[in-house]
Amino acid sequence: MAAPDTVGTRDSLFEVEEMELAFGPQHPSTHGVLRLDLKVDGERIVGCYPIIGYLHRGTEKLFELHPFFQNVPHTDRMDYVAAATNNLAYVGAVEKLTGLTVPPRAAYIRTILCELQRISSHLLWLATHAIDIGAMTPFFYTFREREEVLDLFEEYCGARLTLNCMRPGGLPFDLPVGWTDRCGAFVDKFPAKVDEYEGLLTHNRIWKKRTVGIGVMSKEQALQYGVTGPMLRASGVGFDLRKATPYEAYGEVDFDVPVFHGGDTYDRYLVRMEEMRQSTRIVRQCLDKLPDGPVMAKKPRVLKAAKDTEAYYAIEGPKGEIGFYIVGNGTPNPQRCRVRPPSFYNLQIVPELTQDRLLSDLVAIVGTTDIVLGEVDR
Amino acid sequence: MAMLESLRDLVGPAVFDHAVSPLIKIAVLIFVGILPLISYLVLAERKILGFMQVRLGPNRVGPWGLLQPVADIAKLLVKQDIIPSTAIRWAFIVAPCLVVAPAFVIFSVIPFGPAASQTGGSLDYFVTDVNVALLFVVAMATVGVYGIILGGWASNSKFSLLGGLRAAAQMVSYEIPQGFSLVIPLLMAGTMSLQGIVQAQFEQQRWFIFQGWGLGLVAFFIYFVAGVAETNRNPFDLPEAESELVAGFHTEYTGMRFALFFLGEYANMIVISAVAVTLFLGGWHQPFPNAGWAGFLDLQWIPVLTPPLGLVGILWFSTKLAAFLFVYIWFRGTFPRYRFDQLMELGWKWLIPLVLLTIFGTGVWKILQ
Repeated sequence: MAAPDTVGTRDSLFEVEEMELAFGPQHPSTHGVLRLDLKVDGERIVGCYPIIGYLHRGTEKLFELHPFFQNVPHTDRMDYVAAATNNLAYVGAVEKLTGLTVPPRAAYIRTILCELQRISSHLLWLATHAIDIGAMTPFFYTFREREEVLDLFEEYCGARLTLNCMRPGGLPFDLPVGWTDRCGAFVDKFPAKVDEYEGLLTHNRIWKKRTVGIGVMSKEQALQYGVTGPMLRASGVGFDLRKATPYEAYGEVDFDVPVFHGGDTYDRYLVRMEEMRQSTRIVRQCLDKLPDGPVMAKKPRVLKAAKDTEAYYAIEGPKGEIGFYIVGNGTPNPQRCRVRPPSFYNLQIVPELTQDRLLSDLVAIVGTTDIVLGEVDR
Repeated sequence: MAMLESLRDLVGPAVFDHAVSPLIKIAVLIFVGILPLISYLVLAERKILGFMQVRLGPNRVGPWGLLQPVADIAKLLVKQDIIPSTAIRWAFIVAPCLVVAPAFVIFSVIPFGPAASQTGGSLDYFVTDVNVALLFVVAMATVGVYGIILGGWASNSKFSLLGGLRAAAQMVSYEIPQGFSLVIPLLMAGTMSLQGIVQAQFEQQRWFIFQGWGLGLVAFFIYFVAGVAETNRNPFDLPEAESELVAGFHTEYTGMRFALFFLGEYANMIVISAVAVTLFLGGWHQPFPNAGWAGFLDLQWIPVLTPPLGLVGILWFSTKLAAFLFVYIWFRGTFPRYRFDQLMELGWKWLIPLVLLTIFGTGVWKILQ
């Protein structure tokens, strides 16, 4: 599977001077404001040091300043291309802390929203990843479908990116009339669109040359670094929180967790493509089974967590395990809120994967980790 | 025409034929032919890419965005021209000119239409017919790479330098298969004059792409692949790979200087396509020029304005050229980008051996003729 490493090491006959290259934060393919301090020998990378913090907004501190329900919008702005899953991880943690139970209809709608979010996040990833590798057209195709997902979000909660679509105890609103039909129409046609993207890329010789065997991450490496999500599942570990600890409606729907064993950029691509198809299956089943009833649990007027209680709640976001650890102090505000963002952990392995690779591979590898700096820096 | 005749009388036929007439042709070629062609090629590229990518492309300036090139040029002309303070000034200024000038010079030997002797008129539809035109094309195409290396080096920016180095290696490597692939039509035609090669295809009653046991097709393929690499176009656009090197060798260039690099790239696209049309696709001849049933393709039946043969030649040449340029744009809409070492591998390990074999095969074919 893995192509031989074509990048040899330079013999030491000549004195070689390494060049330092500031790759970012103003660089087209660092996905926001990541800065990589590179040491390059020609185009070969001999050192790579990610420098983060350009988007640090003190989100975790901000959580302490507001009551539980006012903190949901902060989570939108962490992984700003996957707000729904952030919302769910946060409100899930609050519910776990305060002992709220979500009505079944709300659980189903949350599942639908999260899977639509996964689709839109993966579409954005595919767009940028393809453009990093030089394929320009998938960008426009994926944005065509992403637009439809965002339209569905907009129709539901009025926002397209920063959704703020969940509350501790349930959802702010029920679905608008006709939403389920439109959502159903989208998920029914979407797998064909995934085939279309795959038609451009999957068997493209150049695409395979650029991704197969590039940035190979072994199972052990992945586990050591705490890598989660599609990155982990491409390295042969079939760990998915949706299956491992089923939350919301995931226990009641049937879906597969795609696992590949190559651990390279190409397999990570395949995992995400398959995940998009599985997401449509989940949404379809949820729409069919959608129960009636309220979407908000009965809850006290002011939600307070008891003193010295703590809860960690994690869900499977599009990029991996997104978890919130919240400590209560008897007031409506959390004492402390700590976030476990998947991108932060996934980013850590980039220097190891890029060692002795070429500059072009670096771009492919950074693209394949699917980082969002809003989440890395918080 | 009458004006030209009187000018000819005024300066004398010798001076007119060797100095004045070429100058007029060059001026017409550049200002009426190439420059508008390039600016509208850019528009066409954006439109076609837009069509391929489910979007509209330029549509604000003029009907269907037809005045977009004018707006672009006006913008580029009035942009502030920045020369980085650490740049090597003279090289920074010379580099864009070195890219554009050779590309334009090559147009002087390309036969866009028939010679005066063939149409019975008094006008050659080309600037000059040199007997070593093919060598001239190869030589001039090589000069362009200096501009890119120089630009990358003179900018004194790391990304520019990497882009320049990539360009140097890439263009030098791909010149070899490209140069060799030109040998095949040369062997088939037995002349280096481009006009001569067009005539040879007419006389052999076959485009060279279909000549010689399919060897012409192989040569054409190699020429085109190497040509795409020569012009730094997708999927070989590594020297300016925006996701890797920001903008490669022209990262630090602004305004008109940047536009010159841009102009050079598109002029080179046209040159590569024009040479391919001339060498492999029968040049300005209509398709099936010797077949009776295809005679209507000479367009002489258009009742109102029977076009002169020269113009028909130009029309067919342009049609073939446009088909080529479309393929260039199509590539850009389809392919990801090669990695640097993979590009080198393709050039040295595949194209060069292949082209050498093809030359050998063509030699055998020629002997057996």
